[in-house]
Amino acid sequence: MEILVCVKRVPDTAENEFELNSEGNDLDRDDLVYSVNEWDNYAVEEAIQIVDNVGGSVTVVTVGDDESEEVLRREMAMGANNGILLSDDAFEGSDGKGIATILKAEVEKGKYDLILTGAQADEGAGQVGGMLAAMLDLPYASLVNKIEVDGDSTIKVGREIEGGNQEMNEIDLPCVLSIQTGINEPRYVGIRGIRKVAQVEIPVKSASDLGIDASNVGEAGAKTKRVDYFVPDLGEGAEMLEGSTDEIIAQLIERIKSKGGLA
Amino acid sequence: MAKTGVLIELGDGKVKETNFGVLTAARGASGDNEVCAFVMNADAEAIKSELSAYGASKIVNITSSGDLGASPDLQAASLAAAAKEYGLDALLGLFSATGRDIFARVAAIMDEPMISDCISVDIDGKTGVKSHFSGKTFATIKLDCGIMLATVRPNAIEPAEASVDAEVISFSPSVENNSTVKIIEVKKGGTEKLDLTEAPVIVTGGRAIKASENYKMLEECAALLGAAVGASRAAVDAGYAPHSMQVGQTGKTVSPKLYIACGVSGAVQHFAGMKTSKIIVGINTDKDAPIFAKCDYGIVGDIFEVVPALTEALR
Ligand SMILES: Cc1cc2nc3c(=O)[nH]c(=O)nc-3n(C[C@H](O)[C@H](O)[C@H](O)COP(=O)(O)OP(=O)(O)OC[C@H]3O[C@@H](n4cnc5c(N)ncnc54)[C@H](O)[C@@H]3O)c2cc1C
Ligand SMILES: Cc1cc2nc3c(=O)[nH]c(=O)nc-3n(C[C@H](O)[C@H](O)[C@H](O)COP(=O)(O)OP(=O)(O)OC[C@H]3O[C@@H](n4cnc5c(N)ncnc54)[C@H](O)[C@@H]3O)c2cc1C
Repeated sequence: MEILVCVKRVPDTAENEFELNSEGNDLDRDDLVYSVNEWDNYAVEEAIQIVDNVGGSVTVVTVGDDESEEVLRREMAMGANNGILLSDDAFEGSDGKGIATILKAEVEKGKYDLILTGAQADEGAGQVGGMLAAMLDLPYASLVNKIEVDGDSTIKVGREIEGGNQEMNEIDLPCVLSIQTGINEPRYVGIRGIRKVAQVEIPVKSASDLGIDASNVGEAGAKTKRVDYFVPDLGEGAEMLEGSTDEIIAQLIERIKSKGGLA
Repeated sequence: MAKTGVLIELGDGKVKETNFGVLTAARGASGDNEVCAFVMNADAEAIKSELSAYGASKIVNITSSGDLGASPDLQAASLAAAAKEYGLDALLGLFSATGRDIFARVAAIMDEPMISDCISVDIDGKTGVKSHFSGKTFATIKLDCGIMLATVRPNAIEPAEASVDAEVISFSPSVENNSTVKIIEVKKGGTEKLDLTEAPVIVTGGRAIKASENYKMLEECAALLGAAVGASRAAVDAGYAPHSMQVGQTGKTVSPKLYIACGVSGAVQHFAGMKTSKIIVGINTDKDAPIFAKCDYGIVGDIFEVVPALTEALR
C-alpha cells in the first residue's frame, strides 16, 4: 500500500501566548513555537501501522516554507519513508482550497492507494481533506477512527459519529481519509530518531515543478479573506461560590436559572 | 432579501434540535430571507411543521434512485445540484460528523470557498466568525463567492421561532450514481443517551473521577439536568471513559447553555472544546486550579460531595 500523509506545521497552542500583529489581521508569528498538527501524528502513525502489516511505503508531504522541513523530518523519525516539501512564494496566503489545489498536483505526480489528512488543523477548518478528495474525484470519509485493510480494491473504515457510535463504511481505493485522534497512540519520537533522519534528502517542489497556475493558489487565488482578527478577553475569572455545600448549591441553582442555563 | 438553504440533519427520522439555530441564522439579520430546508429521502410531510416553525418556507426533499442515505458522495453531489437548482445565495449546515463529511466536497464540486465551524454568520455580508488556534483567537472571514457556504458550530446560535407557511417539494437531481463510499452499518458504542455536541447541558468528569464506574455519579446528575456526560483527555487516557466522550482540542467541540466541569484542571486544550459554552461552572478541590480563572462560577470542593449534593437539590 502506497500511502501519502498530508501534514501541517502549526503554532503550538500550549507553548504560546497569542498576540496580534501590527496590522491586526494575523498572529504576531515572530517567536512562536511550532509543532506538527496533532491530528497529523495520528494519521502518520496509522499509515506506518498499515505499511507494517501489508507492506508498501509512507510519504509525508507539506505545503509550507523552509522551516516546514522540520515537521517532515519529525514524521520521518516516526517511521515515514519519504518526505516532500511543496514550497513557493506563490503558495503564500493560500486558503483551504489553495492548499488542496497544491496537494492535488502532488498526488497526481505519484501513485497512491491511500491519502490521509488530519481531521482538522490549527484553523479548525476540517476542509482540506474533503476538498482534495472532490478535486481528485476520489471517495472520501471524514473523522475516521478505524481502518481495516481487508482487500486490494476496497477497505473498511469506521467514522466517529454522534452519540459515541461508529459508522462503518466500505470505500473504494484509492481514497482520501481524514483521521480523528484516538484511532491509535502515536509513537514517541526521541532526539535520537530525529538525528537519524537529519541528513536525509527532502525534495522541494515549486509551483512550476507541480505545473500549478500560480493565480489559482496563494493570496492571488484565495477567496477567503480575514477581515477581522481578535484575541478574546479572558474574562474576569469565576465568581466563587462560598458557604456550606447546601448554600453553595442553592446559589449555583439560582444563578444558572437566572442566566437561562436551566429550564 | 437573500435565499438561503439549510441542510437538515435527522436522527431516527426526527429533526435534530441543533438544526433550529442554523435555520434561525439562515433567516438573516433582517429575518426576511427565504429559507429552503433540504432533507434527503425523508418523510418530509412529517417534519414540515417543525421546520416551518423556524422559518423554512420550502421543504425540499431530495430523492434519488440510489441509496442516498448510505452514500455521502451522492449526498454531496445532490446538495450541490440542489443549491444551483434553487438559485441559493447561501447554503448552511452544521459542523457535525455529517456536515464535515459533506460540505468540503460540496465546496470543491461547486468551486466555491467555505467557512467551517462558525459561531455566527452574516449572510448579507458573506462573513462568518470562527475560532482559530483552539479558540485562542477569533477571525471574521469574508468569502468572495457566488454562493456562500458555511457550517455552524452546533448550539452556537440561539434558536428563535418564526413560523411561516411551508410547502413540501420533491427534487430528483440527475447526478451520476457511481458511489464509491457505502455506509454498511452503525456500531452502537455509545452509552450516552444524548449526544455531546447536541446536548444543551454537559457535565464533564476529569481525571479526578478516578474510575469509570464513578461516571454513574455524573450520569445521575446529568439525567436531572437533561445533560450529556463528557470527559477530559486525562480521564480518557486513563481509561475511565471512551474517546467519544472527550471534550477539547482533540475531542469534541461543544457549545451548550451550561457546562459543569467536575475535577477538571482547565488546560487550554480542554477549554478549546468548550469555551463558547454560555455558562461554565468549575468544581475543583484546588482553589488555584486554572479553571477558576476562566469559568463563570467556581466551587472549591470535592466532586464526590458537591455533585451528589447538586443531584439531591435538583430532585
Ligand atoms: C488570508 C489567509 C492567509 C493564509 N495564509 C496561509 C499560508 O500562507 N500558509 C498556510 O499554510 N496557511 C495559510 N492560511 C491558512 C489556510 O487557509 C488554512 O491552512 C486552510 O484554511 C485550512 O485550514 P486548517 O489549517 O484549519 O486546515 P484543515 O482543513 O482543518 O486541515 C486538515 C488537514 O489538511 C492537511 N493540511 C492542511 N494544511 C496543510 C498544509 N499546509 N500542508 C499539508 N497538509 C495540510 C493536514 O493533513 C490537516 O490535518 C491562510 C488563511 C487565510 C484566511
Ligand atoms: C496536543 C494536545 C491536545 C490535547 N487535547 C485535549 C482535549 O481534547 N481534551 C482535554 O481535556 N485535554 C486535552 N489535552 C490534555 C490537556 O493538556 C490536559 O492534560 C488535560 O485536559 C487534563 O485533564 P484533567 O483536567 O482531567 O486532569 P488534571 O489536569 O490532572 O486535573 C485534575 C483536576 O482535578 C482536581 N481534583 C482532584 N481530585 C478532586 C476531587 N475529588 N474533587 C474535585 N477536584 C479534584 C485537581 O485539583 C486537578 O485540578 C491535550 C494536550 C495536548 C498536548
